[in-house]
Amino acid sequence: MAAQHHDDDHDPNLAHHFESTEQQRQSAKLGMWLFLATEILFFGGLFVAYTVYRGNHPEVFVFGAHFLDTALGALNTVVLIFSSFTIAWAVRAAQLKQIKLLKWLIIATMLCAFAFLGVKYVEYSAKWKHGLLWAGAYDPHVEHEEAFETIEVEGELHTPEADVEIIEIEEIQPVAEGEIVEPVVAEVEIDPAPVVADPDSSTIAPAARGPEGLAGPVEEADHDLVPVEPLNARVFFSIYFMMTGLHGIHVLGGIAAMLWLLKCLRRGDFDGGHFTKVDMVALYWHVVDIIWIYLFLLLYLID
Amino acid sequence: MAVDNPSHDGAAVGTQNQESYLTHGKGILSWLFTLDHKRIGVMYLVAITSSFFLGGVFALLVRTELLTSGPTIMTADSYNKMFTLHGAVMIFLFIIPGIPAAIGNFVLPLMLGAKDVALPRLNLTSFWFWMVGAVFAVVSIIVGAVDTGWTFYTPYSTTTGTAVISMTLGVFILGFSSIFTGLNFIVTIHKMRPEGMTWFKMPLFLWGLYSTAIIQVLATPILGITLLLLVAERALGVGIFDPTLGGDPVLFQHFFWFYSHPAVYIMILPAMGIISELVSVFSGKHIFGYRFIAWSSIAIAMFSFLVWGHHMFTSGQSGITNMIFSALTFSVAIPSAVKVFNWLATMYKGSIRLATPMLYVLSFLFLFAIGGLTGLFLGALSTDIHLHDTYFVVAHFHYVMFGGTVIAFLGGLHYWWPKMFGKMYSERWGQISALLVFVGFNLTFFTQFVMGSHGMPRRYYNYVEEFTTLHQASTIGSYVLALGFFIMAGYLIHSLFRGKPAPDNPWGSATLEWETSSPPPYYNFDRDFNAGDPYDLKSLQYDPATQGWVRKDPQSIVLAEGGAH
Repeated sequence: MAAQHHDDDHDPNLAHHFESTEQQRQSAKLGMWLFLATEILFFGGLFVAYTVYRGNHPEVFVFGAHFLDTALGALNTVVLIFSSFTIAWAVRAAQLKQIKLLKWLIIATMLCAFAFLGVKYVEYSAKWKHGLLWAGAYDPHVEHEEAFETIEVEGELHTPEADVEIIEIEEIQPVAEGEIVEPVVAEVEIDPAPVVADPDSSTIAPAARGPEGLAGPVEEADHDLVPVEPLNARVFFSIYFMMTGLHGIHVLGGIAAMLWLLKCLRRGDFDGGHFTKVDMVALYWHVVDIIWIYLFLLLYLID
Repeated sequence: MAVDNPSHDGAAVGTQNQESYLTHGKGILSWLFTLDHKRIGVMYLVAITSSFFLGGVFALLVRTELLTSGPTIMTADSYNKMFTLHGAVMIFLFIIPGIPAAIGNFVLPLMLGAKDVALPRLNLTSFWFWMVGAVFAVVSIIVGAVDTGWTFYTPYSTTTGTAVISMTLGVFILGFSSIFTGLNFIVTIHKMRPEGMTWFKMPLFLWGLYSTAIIQVLATPILGITLLLLVAERALGVGIFDPTLGGDPVLFQHFFWFYSHPAVYIMILPAMGIISELVSVFSGKHIFGYRFIAWSSIAIAMFSFLVWGHHMFTSGQSGITNMIFSALTFSVAIPSAVKVFNWLATMYKGSIRLATPMLYVLSFLFLFAIGGLTGLFLGALSTDIHLHDTYFVVAHFHYVMFGGTVIAFLGGLHYWWPKMFGKMYSERWGQISALLVFVGFNLTFFTQFVMGSHGMPRRYYNYVEEFTTLHQASTIGSYVLALGFFIMAGYLIHSLFRGKPAPDNPWGSATLEWETSSPPPYYNFDRDFNAGDPYDLKSLQYDPATQGWVRKDPQSIVLAEGGAH
């Protein structure tokens, strides 16, 4: 197997321990796929935590999702999908030795990454302002009137364990960024029938179950009402910040990787059509993109 | 690499005339920044044996404290820290990286007839991650240690005042070191096998490393995210494991064991690979049941992901869950027993040489059998309720991890020592220390089986009077064990300076790493191989002139000469 690859001996891009550039490229690619598998498993732990808590306390997630700005989330999704397109095109440009185009495509992808983080900054600072933080720092409060709005609850609430003990809310409930008119009074019909234990539910009582005798299925909620905060709504924000935060760190990693690509490009690494490095970064970036799509679906669009 | 290229050294082709990897490049920096798998393996060897020494000191302190009930040499708080540090250092710094990163790094490319692992930079990165992780762990030990036990169970680990963040960050980083090693080995085995070496002509040590690597890559990320959540819990209070904030502490146990149960197979699978090599060579026979041994490694790797719940039989799992996990746990016994029976069948009617490595093989078979069978006691639901959290668990764990992994590691170390450093150690002292380790180990831990079955709880500072004799016997056993290790350190270090030069193939093995000089040159081989059967011991004969073994037909496995550049 050694003899047939004589030509590669003088290729500066071929490491000494490989027989051929093809073997080297294949090795790098297999290594990258394995690394991406570990990345997905790394996030997998958080997805499992999400599944466990949402399975036990669905009302917490329905409540929490109201405070996420779907429009901004959708904007970020579009930005990332577009950046996946530009980096995929960059791989093509590298294969065709279109170095100038390659440079601009990498820069475009990087700008998308920065745009994503910018939007994320807007979202995070709104959460910060309203104290809608992870459990240990969760302290929902209102500083400015315009920070409130009436949440429109689309459709019906089907959460049998929604906490409905509060009938009149004197204090203003914490709501998402935006605007508000005035304190809202939630009116909920109370079904005096006792809670019937759901045979499918866990043997461990969910923490969000209301006091016996008061809690009951919510048959129908008025559209203009604020959903009443269930117990331990804070867990939603813990999971939200852990997942999006870890994803944000990976976006930063992607920016670093693209800066490295630009450095390689400047050094002339891609002049001979060696596209492996671009290919590796592109694969990584696609995974970052895919994980975000799942985050968007699972955190923003669960209402 | 190419056939028609002369050696760049200008020397005659032949490994004997080339500079060994030990002298190729001088100075500490040429080691710390080397991309050579052999040097990285040796650095790992130094690093993990240092950790083993540190963890051993903690163990001796724990055993000394237990000489008497009540205070002996330390307070109860210090005792909690000592057993935690013993566990954390031994598990995360020594035994998980142990065989793959130290011995595996050195041997794997040589067994493939290759010049290096596929991703040498990643290999060096792995070593550096190990160093950084170790620094975090040591910082934790200095600034207040950890008293949670090596399992870091919440909610205690989120509330104790000790240095949990530093230790868990260290373990987090060590996890990436482990992932990088595993990833590298998978790629190397897939892409760099020589001509003629199909999957089922690989040496079984490589099957062991390959199945280990699969677990390293697939399980370790879960430990990473778990520890990250634990750090976030302590630093920010994210509350995912904190019941006062709506979290669930048992979720931590699930996450932790989803990694840490497969992790015990990360520890044992490469050890089984070493035994497979040694048992064939020192019995002078072809390995028996090659395919069964190879497949059983993969089977153990797969089963390893499905049994984590057996650590939580008493943590409030439902009865049906417990039953399923119990049944799956029993199924691990099948591939394990397949291996043991095949090793025994290999020895049957062989001409067994009781050299030091073979003594460790025999130790392994004896101790691993006890360790494995007592695992069934713990996998059975009714007996586990009685034995849970007693010394029985401690003894079982040490019979598998020490009696299995460490003993195999020592066997492998003695087997490949001549190849690594080009020197023979004193065979007589090797046998004496192997015997001391065997006796000391059994005295230390067999007593713990007895204590555990009588209800002595693990991790206790105190004990009732009835256990005094057994505790003291156990402590004396640990001293004998320590003596065995000091003798071993003595003659191994002595051999580096005064040992006889090692022949290329001192044991009569047919795998490729013995086809180069001892120690190997920087580029490993001056030939490309057409690998044959790795257990065809009949193709070798003893050569009294070199006191080593040579091939009857040296050209039989050579594809092309030249290429050492």
